[in-house]
Amino acid sequence: MKTLRTLGALCAFAVAGSLGAQTTDEIDHAKAAKEFEKFRAEMEDSNPAELNELKGEELWKAKRGPKNVSLAQSCDLGLGIGKLEGAYVQMPRYFQDADAVMDAERRIVWCMVEKQGFKFEDIAKKPFQSANDASAPDITNLVMYVAGHSRGKPFAVNLQDPKVREIYEIGKEVAHYRAGPYDFACSTCHGSDGKRIRMQDLPNINSKEGATKAVMGWPAWRMTGGVALTLQWRMNDCFRQQRFPEPKYVSDTVTALLTYLTANANGVIYKGPGIKR
Amino acid sequence: MNQNIVFAALAAAPFLVATLPAQADADYRAKAIAMIQKDFKPRGQAGLDRLAEDGVQAICNRTGNKPPEAITKVLEADQLASVKWPADGKLMGDWKKGEKLAQSGRGFTWSDKPGLPVGGNCYNCHQIGPKEVAYGTVGPSLLGFGKQRGNTPEMQKYVYSKIYNAKAYNLCSEMPRFGRVEALSPEQIKDLVALLLDPESPVNK
Repeated sequence: MKTLRTLGALCAFAVAGSLGAQTTDEIDHAKAAKEFEKFRAEMEDSNPAELNELKGEELWKAKRGPKNVSLAQSCDLGLGIGKLEGAYVQMPRYFQDADAVMDAERRIVWCMVEKQGFKFEDIAKKPFQSANDASAPDITNLVMYVAGHSRGKPFAVNLQDPKVREIYEIGKEVAHYRAGPYDFACSTCHGSDGKRIRMQDLPNINSKEGATKAVMGWPAWRMTGGVALTLQWRMNDCFRQQRFPEPKYVSDTVTALLTYLTANANGVIYKGPGIKR
Repeated sequence: MNQNIVFAALAAAPFLVATLPAQADADYRAKAIAMIQKDFKPRGQAGLDRLAEDGVQAICNRTGNKPPEAITKVLEADQLASVKWPADGKLMGDWKKGEKLAQSGRGFTWSDKPGLPVGGNCYNCHQIGPKEVAYGTVGPSLLGFGKQRGNTPEMQKYVYSKIYNAKAYNLCSEMPRFGRVEALSPEQIKDLVALLLDPESPVNK
């Protein structure tokens, strides 16, 4: 793990260094981005997130919480209690028992609260790993484990379900909603093709290709800080950069956004938890 | 000023109804706005007031960033009228300070310390000086800006007011209104004007 972190730092250096010597050509930028992508892909062969998946497996199977039941015996991710294969890529989906459209993380939290008896406030107190934390929160490890069981399966958010369709349409509006001191919407930066902030390429989330870039590889082990993070965190940090206040944990708004993004990537094969910069 | 915006927005209402694409979109938008209003919590300097649309944002949101021309002209003029000009009448500051400011992308997020100085965020979206290769492409390249356009008083006024309030020239521009929201002070904006227009600035070499 430590070696991997060092490697990540070295690579970032190498990319930055080689850029300094280059001209401002777009082609050179593309080359550097490609090199980085190659390295990132190589690292995925031994992704530290595998440890998170393993911890998630223990948590999924263990009897826990005030009700002392396991998620494996009580949690329905849409395909039946305890069924994991392909569940992640079919979420967000509508769950009748909760009367809500839920993404994977929100659904697992719901199960932890409703089935195991955990308190939502306790889970929501610190849902994301920070750079100083020795380990990821349980919920992140659980999402990693669940996501791992959709490796090699296509994203398949069910837009035929009118409840899902409505949330998708609302998510599209959320993505285009400009507000705050800088007048930013998601689409200000992520609404057209081929743009970038500094050297960072900006996927156009309204397109299949761009939406795929936005959701592929999450949940992920992130080189910056060496932490495991989920799509819920990714959306949270987008709102921060949008200069918005903070979205409440596993809120409707974040679900709507994730429904829009994931459904736009429908049909694309999910490669499983990945590595991000 | 704010009253003007609200008034203009109200005056624009009849036009808006005519330009809304489909009723369904308006329903989803209303639901999205209601959802956003309930789903956030204040953090750091980012309060819940940031979730509300002002007149310009509301009109851009409701027209897919393409409001009818008549409204656009009225509101752009209103935005231009809100520009506060420096007391000393000078519009060109120090391009070296401007370059430093252009480099910084800090400010206004919930994790930033509140208050000035915040960054200009310029290189996030624009190519500016020839040495900085890590520039964004959301906005147009500004390399050679002053060399191509000169630095007449009119050009200085344009650049100052454009940075102060980009919406004065393009109502639904993606560029923030740096002066209007007091992200940048008049002095800081002067330094950015110099970065773009001063013949000594590397931008124009």
